[in-house]
Amino acid sequence: MNVLLDNLDVYIRGFGGTLGLFVVAAIGSLLLGTLIAGMRVSPVPVLRGFGTAYVTILRNTPLTLVLFFFAFAYPRLDLVDLSFFTLASIGLTLYTAAFVCEVVRSGINTVPVGQAEASRALGFTFTQILGQVVLPQAMRATVPPMTNVQIALLKNTTIAAGFAVFNAGGIYQTLSERGYNVLVGLLWVALFFVILVAPLTWMQRSLDARWGVSR
Amino acid sequence: MSSVLYDVPGPVARARNRILGVVGVAAIGTVIGLVLYRFYATGQFAPRMWEWITYIEIQYRILEALWNTVRAFAVAAVLSVVFGALFAAGRLSDHSWLRVPSTAIVEFFRAVPLLILIFILYFGLDQGIGIQISAFWAVVLGLMLYNGSVLAEVFRAGINAVPRGQSEAAYALGMRKTRVMSSVLLPQGVRSMLPTILSQLVVVLKDTALGFLILYEELLLVARQLGSQGQLGSPILQVALVIAVIYIGLCLILSGISRLVEKRLTRGPVAPKTTDTGQVGGAGVL
Repeated sequence: MNVLLDNLDVYIRGFGGTLGLFVVAAIGSLLLGTLIAGMRVSPVPVLRGFGTAYVTILRNTPLTLVLFFFAFAYPRLDLVDLSFFTLASIGLTLYTAAFVCEVVRSGINTVPVGQAEASRALGFTFTQILGQVVLPQAMRATVPPMTNVQIALLKNTTIAAGFAVFNAGGIYQTLSERGYNVLVGLLWVALFFVILVAPLTWMQRSLDARWGVSR
Repeated sequence: MSSVLYDVPGPVARARNRILGVVGVAAIGTVIGLVLYRFYATGQFAPRMWEWITYIEIQYRILEALWNTVRAFAVAAVLSVVFGALFAAGRLSDHSWLRVPSTAIVEFFRAVPLLILIFILYFGLDQGIGIQISAFWAVVLGLMLYNGSVLAEVFRAGINAVPRGQSEAAYALGMRKTRVMSSVLLPQGVRSMLPTILSQLVVVLKDTALGFLILYEELLLVARQLGSQGQLGSPILQVALVIAVIYIGLCLILSGISRLVEKRLTRGPVAPKTTDTGQVGGAGVL
């Protein structure tokens, strides 16, 4: 208990960093992932090809390597100077977007063909069909897997601690420097993650119960 | 390709798609071109930056690192499957003294980030109670606890997805609980779950890269070491690119195998379709 109370500042700063990364990357990955899913189902072959390539590459690369690129390789290109927090957010967003894309795409596949055919018969354009008929229905089917992706993102933010972004993953280092028991300190971190994940799982279940059965 | 979302394009749509295609190529090309230009402008294409590939010792070092990655993956994969099977059996048990702790353990390890688990095993045990384990075992055991828990859920879903009539029929034939599980439910459950299990192994393979953060001598760590060597021209970008290609290649081989297995399985007779698979499989993304 002392480890927690004496170092409350570290814990607050650490989990603040984790939540900051999570919120930025969650919003970013939902937007980018949906955009890429749109590309992957679009009638334009080039965009489809790009979407497929993007998903294949990102899904088969370890997140650690993605962050490695942004932390060590990006500065070599002498582009815009960005903080490690920004770079880690970009890395997490790009990586998670590939998984979001797949979730959205499989959600689109669950929408009955008749829905789109009916909208086409009514003269809807591709964008209208996607935005007003298919995606709203697909979103319902995607609630459980999408929550899983975002929970994974929340846990993945800890990896950014290995690349100079202070967050929950880096708490142990400060504790170690201050001479506290690292094991107890880390178990507290683990417990907080269980507490953080629980409401997300709960939300997933209740949303799924409300929306999932409607078809 | 005919799709849910659009008809076979007519002349107007084809023209529009071509324009969209050109715009898309231009946009993507600009980004890639910019990156390549920065590569060029900062001298990343200079021959000296790529020379390291030709050194035999460095090739050996990368091979050794590759071996370390594959070794950690193989041991962790086997242990995860065993762990998953044991705890799935625990969660499905009729005895609450077995079911409740199994559930708690599985839920706990699924909620804790893998990196934190590895830190607990590597730094926590050492500085907390003085048990020092090697970086290799910290990575492997961490992967086992995390992916084993995910797999336990996959197994459980697979067994629950076997039609009820199967176990009822087996009980009616006079089989005991163990026999029903081992000769009726497990063979059918594993069959429907095999693709999910195999794709979870891709996650195991990717996660071995976390060993980098506790200085386990795997691909990423070697990349960092090679990339910071001044006498090679600090080719971190180049090394990282080569390592990325290796990782992507390994993962594609693994997912290729899982697709092959899936194809063979769906070709045969009864492969109980589960609605749960995708969901549980998704829990393992990392």
